[in-house]
Amino acid sequence: MENVKRVFIVVERCVGCKSCEIACHIEHSKSKDLYKAIFEIPRPKRFNTVLKVDQYNASLRCAHCEDPPCANVCPTGALQKDEETGFVTYNPAKCIGCWQCAMVCPFGAIYPDYETLTAAKCDGCIERVKSGRLPACVEACPTNALVFADVKEMEQFKRERSLRELTAGQKVSIFELGVV
Amino acid sequence: MVTDLLKEKKEAIEKSSQEYGMLDEGTVRLLKKEEKEARTTVYHRLARQEPQCGFGELGVCCRMCYMGPCRIDVFNSGGPQLGVCGATADTIVARNLLRETVGGASSHVEHAMEIAEILRDVAEGKLEAYKIRDTEKLLSVARNLGINTENREISEIALEIAEASLEDLYKLDRKPSRWIEKYSPSSSFKKWSALGIVPTNIWQPIVNAMHRTSMGNDADPVNILLADLRMGIVDGYGLTMATELSDVLFGTPNIIHSYANLATIKEDYVNIAVHGHNPALSEKVLEWAEKLQERARAIGAKGINIIGVCCTGNEVLMRHGIPLAANEMQAELAIVTGALDAMVADFQCIWPILAQVASCYHTKLITTVPYVKIPGAIHIEFSPEKADEVARRIIEIGLEAYQQRNPARVFIPNHPEEVYAGFSVEALLGILKKVDPEDPLKPLIENIANGNIYGIAAIVGCPNPKTRKYLFSERLIKELLKNNVLVIVTGCIAHIAAQAGFMNPRKIDEIGVGEGLKSVLKALGGAAGLPSLPPTIHMGSCVDNSRIGVLLKAVSEKLHVDVSSLPVVASAPELITEKAVSIGTWALALGVTVHVCPPLRVLGGPQVADILTRQLRNITGGELYIECDPEKAAKELIRKIREKRIGLGLRA
Repeated sequence: MENVKRVFIVVERCVGCKSCEIACHIEHSKSKDLYKAIFEIPRPKRFNTVLKVDQYNASLRCAHCEDPPCANVCPTGALQKDEETGFVTYNPAKCIGCWQCAMVCPFGAIYPDYETLTAAKCDGCIERVKSGRLPACVEACPTNALVFADVKEMEQFKRERSLRELTAGQKVSIFELGVV
Repeated sequence: MVTDLLKEKKEAIEKSSQEYGMLDEGTVRLLKKEEKEARTTVYHRLARQEPQCGFGELGVCCRMCYMGPCRIDVFNSGGPQLGVCGATADTIVARNLLRETVGGASSHVEHAMEIAEILRDVAEGKLEAYKIRDTEKLLSVARNLGINTENREISEIALEIAEASLEDLYKLDRKPSRWIEKYSPSSSFKKWSALGIVPTNIWQPIVNAMHRTSMGNDADPVNILLADLRMGIVDGYGLTMATELSDVLFGTPNIIHSYANLATIKEDYVNIAVHGHNPALSEKVLEWAEKLQERARAIGAKGINIIGVCCTGNEVLMRHGIPLAANEMQAELAIVTGALDAMVADFQCIWPILAQVASCYHTKLITTVPYVKIPGAIHIEFSPEKADEVARRIIEIGLEAYQQRNPARVFIPNHPEEVYAGFSVEALLGILKKVDPEDPLKPLIENIANGNIYGIAAIVGCPNPKTRKYLFSERLIKELLKNNVLVIVTGCIAHIAAQAGFMNPRKIDEIGVGEGLKSVLKALGGAAGLPSLPPTIHMGSCVDNSRIGVLLKAVSEKLHVDVSSLPVVASAPELITEKAVSIGTWALALGVTVHVCPPLRVLGGPQVADILTRQLRNITGGELYIECDPEKAAKELIRKIREKRIGLGLRA
């Protein structure tokens, strides 16, 4: 699908602060307020994770694949590709907890909910995005490591960046594209 | 053309930075002017920070050692529950809180110390620039401290007071600090003694707090919180000493008339703002402004207009009726009027942005304290010995700058708001004495007992841009006044109240003050020769919260009840500084219910939060209450007052 925006990560900008994790918790709480969210039962879930592997930090979540293996393999139709937004949505009411989705997801984007024994995952902040706001993790990222863009834009940005690196002979400063 | 992946984010930030909520028109117009001319506003800077770090907000980020920084997964979603050293969320939260409290207490202690040093030098005849203006207060401080006043020279008594004050800072014996013992309500002091948290001096609790919170020391949240209460008491020492000795040197405030808000900047005058906290500098600036009025007229101005910003503003309003122009958050807007020629600052709450904003105008920003320098500001080092020279130079810089002013860039909002202030404890007792010369506290206590005054709320602290947008303080104060709660204000909340018209006796009907309270304010106002006392009682700067402490001591000892039994609550509804935290901690130690917003950074530690918000009631009688909805907060504070009234057997 054209013009579907996704959360991409510019790895070299991630400082591993986990702001995206907290923002995800708050977004998936009842109150949407940090100070209240920490007291909610059940505890608000998150569907992204900050990891450090070798020298890289990165914040990972569902890629909302064009041809999502999780939705393809799901026997009950709990996971589906939403045609309007391009997001892969999930419906806990239909989920039987067979974990086939978890098995086929190349990114580890499935988060088991052990209270309901169902699969859960990044919903793309679908409500926020539909009302014209950015996904919570993108909004919260203080170094702008997370960007919300469509593939075309992302690739154009990378082409420009690589060209600039070639011509300047040096790495782009992480501040260069930041909000000043 | 470069692909801008952050376009949407930038737009969202831009939009949010231009949402000024319920702020008043004058402030909003200046914010818009600032945005255009200086390319920044506090709301731009806030929007760029938001959302702020959740670990920090909840107090669960530990940076005490280099195995960290560590943070705790407060949602328990598979993340760490322990720091590298094994510290729990509660340990981390308690340590962080204690360090915040040290920051605040140290500010007040050093402030007090600098005033005490001036008093000592004046008493020894070493200092020409200052003198003892209020000998009556001097004698009362001496009596409070148990210093003999019979057949002694004033300078001799002053010297003993100053030396006793400074001795508390550095002494090594194990007797309680004299100021703390003599100035604290006896019931609170007794509780502190039983808990073993009475400071014997000032340096040790501060050194100890930094030591015990460093890596590999105190990990027991309860033990750390006891140290925190002790630090609150240290803060009380700083507050009390700063106020009492400032009154001795500069005069005890009495009822005074003035004006508030940025409209007090005058287009055809040389405008000089005094910003910060220490009256030692601002008193001299006022003096020299008077002396150099003629020079202002010689350069075509009508004169020199000194305006007050932040707590220095409160100090010079209380003692001299200088207009209360701008709170801490509005300091940069004073520059944005384009009509401010110089701003001179001492210490605390001086935002570095002032230099950047001043650089967009003709305004000269002058720093004066050796440990408060700001890149871009002119630094003229102040010391009591050089006070006259420095103050004169500051006025001269203002006069020079005035001649560079660009009239085309001037915008000053209309309509200054009328203010009655100056309500020191002495001034209040002076009014009450007119009602009952024998027993001045009696009319106050009677009106509390009969319910005309349902309770007393001290609304103190700062103007936080986060809460300013929805006028937290104004809404909270209005609700309290409506329900007959007598509202005392200090610090930047006093600016907010003054600007909202809450210090204008003529607005008492308009504001909707409850009938009982209104009748008391009108009666007392009549005794003071005013149509009414103002709806909120301005007791001074943030260090002058000590005046509330003095009043609490007087009332609790007169009635022989604990401070925690009195129908008194406190609130810092727009908390910014560590000083607000340490003042609040002092109030908790005294036994007062303390409301705060934004939430104190303790909610990530369940045990610490529980102790402060619940268990403390059985320890000091104090209680922390966190709420960020003004109407809900008012309702709950009134409920807490009601509980105390029931406890005292008063009509609830």
